[in-house]
Amino acid sequence: MLQIAIQQRLGDFALDVAFTAPAGVTAIFGRSGSGKTSVVNAVAGLSDPDAGRIVVADQVLFDRAQRINLPPQRRRVGYVFQDARLFPHMTVARNLSYGGSHDAARVIEVLGLGDLLGRRPAGLSGGERQRVALGRALMSNPQILLMDEPLAALDAPRKAEILPYLARLRDAVQIPILYVSHDVSEVARLATTLVIVDAGRVVANGPVGDVLSRPEAVPLLGVRDAGAVIMTKVAGRLLDDGLTELAFSGGRILLPGSFGKLGDRVRLRIPAQDVILSRTAPTGISALNILPVTITALEQGRGPGVAVGLRAGNDKLLARVTRRSATRMGLAVGQQVYAIIKATAVGPEDVGG
Amino acid sequence: MTDMFGPAEWAAIWLSLRVALVAMLGALPLAVWVAFVLARKVFPGRQLLNGLVHLPLVLPPVVTGYLLLVVFGRQGPVGALLYDIFGITLAFRWTGAALAAAIMAFPLMVRAIRLAIEAVDPGLEDAAATLGASKRRIFATVTLPLILPGVLAGAVLGFAKALGEFGATITFVAAIPGQTQTIPSAIYGLLQVPGGEPAVLRLVIVSVVLAMGALMISEWLARRVARRVGR
Repeated sequence: MLQIAIQQRLGDFALDVAFTAPAGVTAIFGRSGSGKTSVVNAVAGLSDPDAGRIVVADQVLFDRAQRINLPPQRRRVGYVFQDARLFPHMTVARNLSYGGSHDAARVIEVLGLGDLLGRRPAGLSGGERQRVALGRALMSNPQILLMDEPLAALDAPRKAEILPYLARLRDAVQIPILYVSHDVSEVARLATTLVIVDAGRVVANGPVGDVLSRPEAVPLLGVRDAGAVIMTKVAGRLLDDGLTELAFSGGRILLPGSFGKLGDRVRLRIPAQDVILSRTAPTGISALNILPVTITALEQGRGPGVAVGLRAGNDKLLARVTRRSATRMGLAVGQQVYAIIKATAVGPEDVGG
Repeated sequence: MTDMFGPAEWAAIWLSLRVALVAMLGALPLAVWVAFVLARKVFPGRQLLNGLVHLPLVLPPVVTGYLLLVVFGRQGPVGALLYDIFGITLAFRWTGAALAAAIMAFPLMVRAIRLAIEAVDPGLEDAAATLGASKRRIFATVTLPLILPGVLAGAVLGFAKALGEFGATITFVAAIPGQTQTIPSAIYGLLQVPGGEPAVLRLVIVSVVLAMGALMISEWLARRVARRVGR
């Protein structure tokens, strides 16, 4: 567990954040320049906040009032930088063991590094470099793992290559992971807790499914990227049609493609802009997924859109419609409506373990 | 081969090589440290230090030699101290020639090494710190290996400069054959006497070969540093 509460002036920019990161992946999400990296650097000891306190597990890393400020060397943080920062004059094997050889065999196996050991960083692809950087951080036996946009420099195929490793890692290690990102689908796939930072302040904070389905989070996430995350189970497979059936508390959803085994838990992100609302049960429509839902909130955006909070069973969904539609349909909190989700709207990047 | 040069010429060549080598080796650790401080640390007086280091590069060498004589001569403040405590005399000795050469070569060495240090991403040092490495270990395992070609290039450049030093050397230690007469001062001396031209020519060729060799090694090392640090 990480507890952080810090203030820091950086030129014209004022950072003032406080949150708690439990075990699992805590994503720090925000636009570039919102102060995400500053938070991680403060935890690592690479920058000195003006005031505040940082505690990991039971160890105080930083406390301005008590004049405690451990140097980075003594903080036992594993830091995976956006640009990997592998030592260019060392082989992969020497890079990996630079900070220690904790659990080396398993780290090399989990991250698939066996074939890279004799090579030099210059000969690695971007994805391979990040895997080595991750392995190097893990082998130093850290008490917290910091990841500053580790995938931002990678193209989509490389991202897809490394994301499963990260998901495996999340389930395999017991330490808290602080994961900086500005990519909602990455956050939705990996995070357990989400902290949204805007202009140096925490504006939303909580379990990822909860924060992502808040209508007021839509402008913070960006209207195109907002969308609720639900946990589902693989309930069946329609082999003839190439569809997979996922069950959750609010009903069943059919998605193209086959993923997971029967009974597997699947994390699903449903983009708000791909949810259509209807006051009556629609008929004669191509969309496969029609769910009865209750409106829990209506949040007016700055633009022409309205974010609509929905409850389906015990889960929360999010839809984004135009203000004009909302007015014409007379949408109101408490109403029973139907949410229509086009099966092809949910892309493979939105499905995670 | 041996009868190509007369005994006085051999003495000048060996003395030059010894003076240049001692000057370079003695100045190198200090040059690395000063280059590191100038490249990485921000402190009051940084520009003053920078100026002081570069002074021998812009000052007339005769002035540097004269200042050395004033400070390190037997009557000078430092020279008297060295003689009283250690019995060391620098003025008019080959050690003095090495000191003059070191001071004249110093700015060139610092410049080359500083460029190499500035090419190293400080982020790599941060990464090493988060992995638990002490400051000393970071310098030894990350910074130094990455700047090593730059350090070697600076050393070669310093060696070549020390080999050719004339003005400060002749002012500080004169040109005593077998004692302080290096190749340049030997050439200058030979030019003053009739019939010295053949010996001058031989020493000139030696100078050109040594300088060219040093320059080519330095260039080659500089290319390596670029390849090693740029990934």
